[in-house]
Amino acid sequence: MKLLALIASMITGALLIYATTDFPDWGDPQSPASLHVSPRYIQKTMEETAIPNMVTAILADYRGYDTLFEETVILTAGISAILLIRRSRK
Amino acid sequence: MIREVESIIIQTICRILIPFIQLFGLYVIAHGHGSPGGGFQGGCILAASFVLIVVAFGLQEAKRRFSEKLVNLFSSIGVFIYAWTGWMALLLGANFLDYGRLSKILPADPVHARYYGVFAVEVGVGITVMAIMVSLFIDLVTGGEHEEAPE
Amino acid sequence: MIEYIIAKYNYWAYIVLMMIGFYAMIGKGNLIKKLLGMNVFQWAIILFYVSTSVKKGGATIPIIQNGHGPVTHAVDVAQYLNPLPHVLMLTAIVVGVSTTGVALSLAIMIYRKYKTLEEDEILQSEEYEALKPEE
Repeated sequence: MKLLALIASMITGALLIYATTDFPDWGDPQSPASLHVSPRYIQKTMEETAIPNMVTAILADYRGYDTLFEETVILTAGISAILLIRRSRK
Repeated sequence: MIREVESIIIQTICRILIPFIQLFGLYVIAHGHGSPGGGFQGGCILAASFVLIVVAFGLQEAKRRFSEKLVNLFSSIGVFIYAWTGWMALLLGANFLDYGRLSKILPADPVHARYYGVFAVEVGVGITVMAIMVSLFIDLVTGGEHEEAPE
Repeated sequence: MIEYIIAKYNYWAYIVLMMIGFYAMIGKGNLIKKLLGMNVFQWAIILFYVSTSVKKGGATIPIIQNGHGPVTHAVDVAQYLNPLPHVLMLTAIVVGVSTTGVALSLAIMIYRKYKTLEEDEILQSEEYEALKPEE
């Protein structure tokens, strides 16, 4: 069983390493991740919102809808842990 | 049931350190706009101070300072603050979560109204994260059996 | 050859970490070890995404310098890192913590019912046999 798991993870790792030949280089300024909407965020953060920290501005202002429901995810995890575990001692 | 650590060195040092940890957590939440930080990070640091109370002084002492009713109340109040800020923008005539419209009730121009909107939202996130982290820790560590029969 | 390795070795390091977590998830028998493997897997993916936000040539952290007070100079895009993967991975970290919390609660519930946490013993216990539908 463990030998089978080891072989499966090695084959998966080899396939993934073979797939990295198509990836952009590490630290390339022209990689597709830094080209489309990210320059707009970097240039317009200071003049549209007066916040120097770009990460907080994107998280709470440009993409605030995602953060609202992520907070709901935290609340749901806390509530489900309460419902699953707590029992009173009699 | 977690009992307190029977060592005077640990108790004295924790008694000195815990207010400073809480102050640092509030600093990280409030300075989320200018340095790395924000709501999630500051909330976790605030929760760490309560975990230190449980470890050093026992569960009963921690429950006296931060009871279960307060934990449940805080976790819902944080989400409510976030949704209420977005709903205020809807009442004033703009899209949901459009903080620029809050300049009608706050004494600032639309650019700085977004600044204050982000600050209010981060405070809400910090409160919820703190309450849920404390609640998860106490549940998982005691195995659920920490309800005492009323004496 | 050396330039090729330097250009890609961050992806290989995170793939190795991902495979360690993957082996722990399917190869170990204890439930808690499987959960730890899932956690390592998640963290490998998060670090992989954060590593794609680097820009060569002296880019600094995504906080605008001299930003307190009115900004009069234009912002140079090549001077700052890409902030978007950091933002998305903040959400991913928090979701990972919530999932680990609920998974550990389920492990406590399993322990209460079967009195063991080994996978083989659970599959051969009497309570598990009683759960199968009647033929």
